[in-house]
Amino acid sequence: MKKIYARPKYLKPVSMHYCPGCGHSIVTKLIAEIIEEMSVADITICVPPAGCAVLTYNYLDVDTTESAHGRAIAVATGIKRVLPDRLVFTYQGDGDLAAIGTAETVHAANRGERITTVFMNNAVYGMTGGQMAPTTILGQKTTTSPFGRDLVREGAPLKISEMLAVLPSTVYIERTAVNSVAGIKATKKAIKKAFKVQQDDLGFSLVEVLSPCPTNWKMTPLASCRWIDEVMAKEYPLGVIKDTTRQTHKKEAADAD
Amino acid sequence: MTKNKNKKLMRGNAVVGEAAIKAGCTCYFGYPITPQNQLPEYMSRRLVEVGGVFIQSESEISAINMALGASVAGARVMTSSSSPGISLKQEGISFLAGCELPCVIVNMARGGPGLGNISPAQSDYFQATRGGGHGDYRSLVYAPASCQELADLTMEAFDVADVYRNPVMILADGMIGQMMEPVTYDNYKPREIPPKDYILDGAKDRPSRIIKSLILNPHEMEEFNWKLARKYRIIEKNETKYEEFMMDDAKVAVIAYGTAARIAKGAVKRARNDGMRVGLIRPITLWPFPSEIIYRRAASVGLFFVFEMSAGQMVEDVRLALKGESEIYFYGRPGGIVPTPVEVQRLITRQYYQKGLI
Repeated sequence: MKKIYARPKYLKPVSMHYCPGCGHSIVTKLIAEIIEEMSVADITICVPPAGCAVLTYNYLDVDTTESAHGRAIAVATGIKRVLPDRLVFTYQGDGDLAAIGTAETVHAANRGERITTVFMNNAVYGMTGGQMAPTTILGQKTTTSPFGRDLVREGAPLKISEMLAVLPSTVYIERTAVNSVAGIKATKKAIKKAFKVQQDDLGFSLVEVLSPCPTNWKMTPLASCRWIDEVMAKEYPLGVIKDTTRQTHKKEAADAD
Repeated sequence: MTKNKNKKLMRGNAVVGEAAIKAGCTCYFGYPITPQNQLPEYMSRRLVEVGGVFIQSESEISAINMALGASVAGARVMTSSSSPGISLKQEGISFLAGCELPCVIVNMARGGPGLGNISPAQSDYFQATRGGGHGDYRSLVYAPASCQELADLTMEAFDVADVYRNPVMILADGMIGQMMEPVTYDNYKPREIPPKDYILDGAKDRPSRIIKSLILNPHEMEEFNWKLARKYRIIEKNETKYEEFMMDDAKVAVIAYGTAARIAKGAVKRARNDGMRVGLIRPITLWPFPSEIIYRRAASVGLFFVFEMSAGQMVEDVRLALKGESEIYFYGRPGGIVPTPVEVQRLITRQYYQKGLI
């Protein structure tokens, strides 16, 4: 019989610790598929953070190091500067990237570090039990915003991707969601493109993935997928936020003449 | 120290930089803070010359984590700062220790707590020797007392960090960082370094590797803590360094390190000229601490005179070393005050006669 679907080669044969309906397992699998399709397993170095994704090294069969909370991009910077021909990516949640690691994120992007960041936005701190994140939606109830996030008290949701897009050194930033088959396909395409941007030495690339967290949203997995469409994607519109890959290529062509 | 060698007059902070380059350091990450700024400035030029990596980071926290990343990738790496900045690096130092990664960290200490001042001080002894960051770990700490020792110990620090896969700290102060002395880099005798079979450079023709400090199973975590503890016992056995000066017949042993030891040496010489039997024990490694020699000296020494440019930190290690066998007199000048040898000698003299050690 012909095998038409199998576990990706670089996804270790273990069960994941993620909750039912969580988007992390989907994206981890997508990355494993991309690594196989691009034949980059032997040059890839993954840097997951503290948080739900800390155990990524148990799932992806590539060289992986952990980092302290918020410091993944700084660690990745050190690795990439020493090994410029390797594919180095961070895999970070919203608390990690957009709160405690904001400075590292902004400055690595501004230096145009040749690394790729997969940014999982589920609008809460997942690992610690559903506290308010910088990306929590206004009115959203969490364990530390029990009455709903309030604009005056807690500020507005932080749109880090849009913030990074204004920096000259960021080349490719896209926001996708993994709440549908089409969304999963778009996410895979985006991460693949972001890896390509890095391989072509164009600059910093980031893919923000809106990802369901049924456990901490206190919703069913299906309701969580709907909530992404109906609420989250209104605050964080899907699509390409910045793409200067063509200009960067063109500029290089012009410089070459 | 060997004479007539290829000597150059250099400032302490630059000496650290050149010694690092000579020892094969290819990466430096740092953030400006006085009184160590000549070091990142030196590295920003020299590392470009040798094709290395220099980044002026957005914070000390980023710098130590970039250093961790470079160490993960197998490079020899250094970061530096001064007291408040070293506080910020503590999280990263704990991760380096937990991941068993080599890294050289330089602290040109200044007065504190808080913003304190930029004058030479020795108030970071506790932080340096007790770990500073969280968790059950140790960093090896060198305390150079001259520019030549800055050169020698910096080069040795890179080897020691690699041999034990452990963070190593150079603890000096603004005085040593800013002063100029003739220096040679010819004293360096590279050690044999075990192959770096743990680094991440892509899983080519080998299984993928993981570098981490997260060990969720308490039994495994305990086992790892004991493994680290065994490593620290070996470091204590093999790497403890100290200098004894005029200790043979000494009735008073002055114990001081770094800048304070230079002042103390002057005081000891003056006391000797006055006919007093006074010597100096200078710890060169602060951790591991030279407890054994101090304890042994208790048999013949009547008073241990501990002098620090702090309100009293190393004195606790001296007390532990002596196990109550001898009396201790402590003289401290915290806050960035650098006393003269005359001042220290006056206090030694008073103790010498009050205790009837003639």
